[in-house]
Amino acid sequence: MLGNLHSTAAPLTASATTSASVPGVVETRHLDFFYGNHQVLFDVSLRVVQHEILALIGPSGCGKSTFLRTLNRMNDLVPSARWQGEVLIDGQDIYAPGCDVMALRRKVGMVFQRSNPFPFSIEENVAYGVKINHLARDRQHRAEIVERSLRAAGLWEEVKDRLRHPALALSGGQQQRLCIARALAVEPEILLMDEPASALDPIATARIEELAIELKQRYTIVIVTHNLQQAARISDRTSFFLMGKLMETGATQTLFTKPVRKETEDYITGRFG
Amino acid sequence: MDTQPIRKTFNQQLTELRERLLYMGGLVESAVHRSLRAALERDAALADDVVDHIEPEINRLEVEIDDRVLRLMALQQPMAVDLRFLAAVLKVGNDLERMGDLAVNIAQGTPRLLRQPLAAPVVDLPLMAARANQMLRSALDALMTEGVDLARSVLAADDEVDGMRDAIFRTLIEVMTREPSEVERSVALLSIARNLERIADHATNIAEDVIFWVEGVDVRHHFAEGPPA
Repeated sequence: MLGNLHSTAAPLTASATTSASVPGVVETRHLDFFYGNHQVLFDVSLRVVQHEILALIGPSGCGKSTFLRTLNRMNDLVPSARWQGEVLIDGQDIYAPGCDVMALRRKVGMVFQRSNPFPFSIEENVAYGVKINHLARDRQHRAEIVERSLRAAGLWEEVKDRLRHPALALSGGQQQRLCIARALAVEPEILLMDEPASALDPIATARIEELAIELKQRYTIVIVTHNLQQAARISDRTSFFLMGKLMETGATQTLFTKPVRKETEDYITGRFG
Repeated sequence: MDTQPIRKTFNQQLTELRERLLYMGGLVESAVHRSLRAALERDAALADDVVDHIEPEINRLEVEIDDRVLRLMALQQPMAVDLRFLAAVLKVGNDLERMGDLAVNIAQGTPRLLRQPLAAPVVDLPLMAARANQMLRSALDALMTEGVDLARSVLAADDEVDGMRDAIFRTLIEVMTREPSEVERSVALLSIARNLERIADHATNIAEDVIFWVEGVDVRHHFAEGPPA
């Protein structure tokens, strides 16, 4: 079936397409994706299991970021985008008519390449999603959520005495962890990370990587990275995309030592033309 | 798909590394060959050449190759076939260095044989030497050509060399039992057979490393399905 992304909103739970529903499980089935007449994903079928880190690698333009954005309908912002196939989150087709996109994005949080804190205080940044979604019972509850989220993002000890200071005064690495705290505040099941450490120095990068490993105890994480060593260090499995096609998915240890496909080996050893 | 290397410098460094390893392999071949000629043709000068010149150069190359591998691992973060190649090179370098030591052992046995009067050979050491040398040559050719079939033929030949050693041991023990005056010569020949068998073992190791490098399959100890759980 061929659909347009601009569907009407309804509760996410209204569009169940499978009986199997495990929290934090992502599955695409025969997913094609187009920007206008340009097809960017071809027949991608991939299952992300609960509490794993799946890394998506591939050359620029291979479709890995587009694929990531299909998982919480961020591509809805592109008017010419259209798709066919299915994207299931916890067994429910998120592109089915009537899916509540706001609820979807609470469930599937996203962290971007460039940290993007709002021009508010640290506390207001973390509480933003809590506030607009009315998730806090009162101010005390909101403060608890802010602390819990900042602790989970490994930032609490660094900012607990200046929660009302501007978020933009934080370092780049701190801002990125703040954005992770903001994503965690609305209690997602799945975290999508689009090159979250590419603008950070090695120390800040290491913190993000350690954080991702800690977070997978509670969340399912899909991370796009151009840094192959980063994928090798933190992910459980890795998927290699090439020209819009999913070429290979495997245990990270295997994929980086003995990939099945020649194309994968050519890419990770730098033999691509 | 076009597979022209983008990482030209890295690929050039890998090519140079392989050339250095093959040069080291050539020296080892020469050391083994000369040490056997020294022992079997009673040529002390050849033995000295192995001990004084060839083996020290093999040792120097081992250090140089290790250094190159560690630098490439640290600076280039190799993946997949390149990672397997570098791991294999470290091990092959170690095997070649040990083969150089074994050649020295054979060469150093020459004076003991020189003390003995000439006698008709009772065991076919030249045949065993030829077989061990052929295994070494094939292992190095496999390394040069990424030839896994050739490497597998080396693995198959190891049992044959082991059998030759056993036969030579049996014969020489009989000789020593029968002729006590032949003990010193027989011990020297036993030592050569033992060193040749170990050279063949190292050639086998190199062949296993070539298979691991090219196919990613660990065939050591007849274990091809991955490491133990």
